[in-house]
Amino acid sequence: MQNTTDLKNTPLVDEHVNLKAKMAPFAGWNMPIQYEGIISEHLHTRQVASLFDICHMGEFYFKGDALSSGLDRIFSFSLNDIPMKRCRYGAILNEKGGIKDDLIVYRISLDEWMIVVNSATIEKDKKHIESHLKKGSEFKNLSGETAKLDLQGPLSRDIISKLIDPAAAKLKYYSFDYFDILGERNIISRTGYTGELGYELYISSGKVVELWRHLLKDKRVRPAGLGARDTLRLEMGYTLYGQDVDEETTPLEGNLERYLNFNKEFIGRDALFRQKEKGISKILIAFKAQSRRAPRHGYSILKDGKEIGIVTSGSFSPSISCGIGLGYVDIRHSKNGEAILIKSGPTEIEATICEKPFYKNTSIRLRMNRLF
Amino acid sequence: MKIPDNLLYTKEHEWVLINGKKAKMGITDFAQEHLGDVTYVEPPDDNKAVKQFEMVTTIESVKAASDVYAPLSGKVTQFNSSLEASPELINKSPYEDGWIALIELSDESEKKNLMNKSQYEEYVTKLSTRE
Repeated sequence: MQNTTDLKNTPLVDEHVNLKAKMAPFAGWNMPIQYEGIISEHLHTRQVASLFDICHMGEFYFKGDALSSGLDRIFSFSLNDIPMKRCRYGAILNEKGGIKDDLIVYRISLDEWMIVVNSATIEKDKKHIESHLKKGSEFKNLSGETAKLDLQGPLSRDIISKLIDPAAAKLKYYSFDYFDILGERNIISRTGYTGELGYELYISSGKVVELWRHLLKDKRVRPAGLGARDTLRLEMGYTLYGQDVDEETTPLEGNLERYLNFNKEFIGRDALFRQKEKGISKILIAFKAQSRRAPRHGYSILKDGKEIGIVTSGSFSPSISCGIGLGYVDIRHSKNGEAILIKSGPTEIEATICEKPFYKNTSIRLRMNRLF
Repeated sequence: MKIPDNLLYTKEHEWVLINGKKAKMGITDFAQEHLGDVTYVEPPDDNKAVKQFEMVTTIESVKAASDVYAPLSGKVTQFNSSLEASPELINKSPYEDGWIALIELSDESEKKNLMNKSQYEEYVTKLSTRE
């Protein structure tokens, strides 16, 4: 196990300890895995609202001309195509088309963008971006001074409206704006990683303890850890960088082609064109187990006794009460409905390839017929 | 953390209640607390023969899968079938409703290898301070 003294703490570490969270290393950070229990935190997020400490993630700021600076060609989508005050999910790739990171870009103004990246890849991404930028633009890593809290769940809109600003309730899916957050003007976006209606709140690191306590004053809000964050994202079939996708996998193999814009130039595009022409041999699929038994990262995927792939993410699904997972399989055995066997030593789990998301009845798009 | 005084304990955090030739076993409060939410318990084969401290079944929680060891040698005569639909009984009631298996003992003298309440309490306290 990693020595805990080498781990970084978020500004909220004392809050977590006081809430008796179980802490564990994640991507070099000492993070809360659970407070009360993963399943109850998971269900509370699906039914009410949960607060997550996501201060470990990285934020970059860019000001300049996206095209002439060289920034745009680093991204799999066009930065100038993003409407003002909207967010876009996508990837940055290496020359071979492998995924260097998946991220969300915020269009602040005509010539300003915020780039939100995974915690483990902050330094790598910064180096990569800087190495492709020409002089004359402004690029800053704001990760140290920027904190982030995620408020997720069907009641999050009501809570944000009461506790922060009623105007924030008007935010549309994948849009953002600046609001007065405890006296500081900062960003709230309607984004998240749980599949529920939810918000990500950005605030300076020095004020995040105050914001955390402020949001928890509403008794409907409970803290949730990275354990529930993982089961929530997996039920939606969202990939986790470093586990489901990495530099050795391309967006075509990761089933992320819809986040690529082939009509523009980007690093890795030529390699992806070649891969498209040749055809991919493996693809990331979702599968559901016939029992409560959980598939785990690294288990083999078999078809008719022959190994056809490997599990990258797996867990028990608290919402649908069975094992679920993501994994790469031979493209010839990747159709929905295909029966597969998940195997590790003596453990054998019967499963079926299925569509994503695993859990469909979420509040993410604010369906009017929902109770909440 | 609860540690009842009528039970005997293993270093792997199983408990056993001995009644003559028969014994009931499960995992301790300490173990369930560390596992987190239990989501699955594998039913052992009928009449499975087990040796003391050898694996009898596997318990899965949201976080991980862990082996459960037999506190004493014998034959598994019954599995707590309530656990199939409600594995969370192990979290809610580790010493009662969340029992795992009944074992018909083959060698009662093996209980000398187990800890009593105060020994187990001391053992767990040591583990907790090391963390």
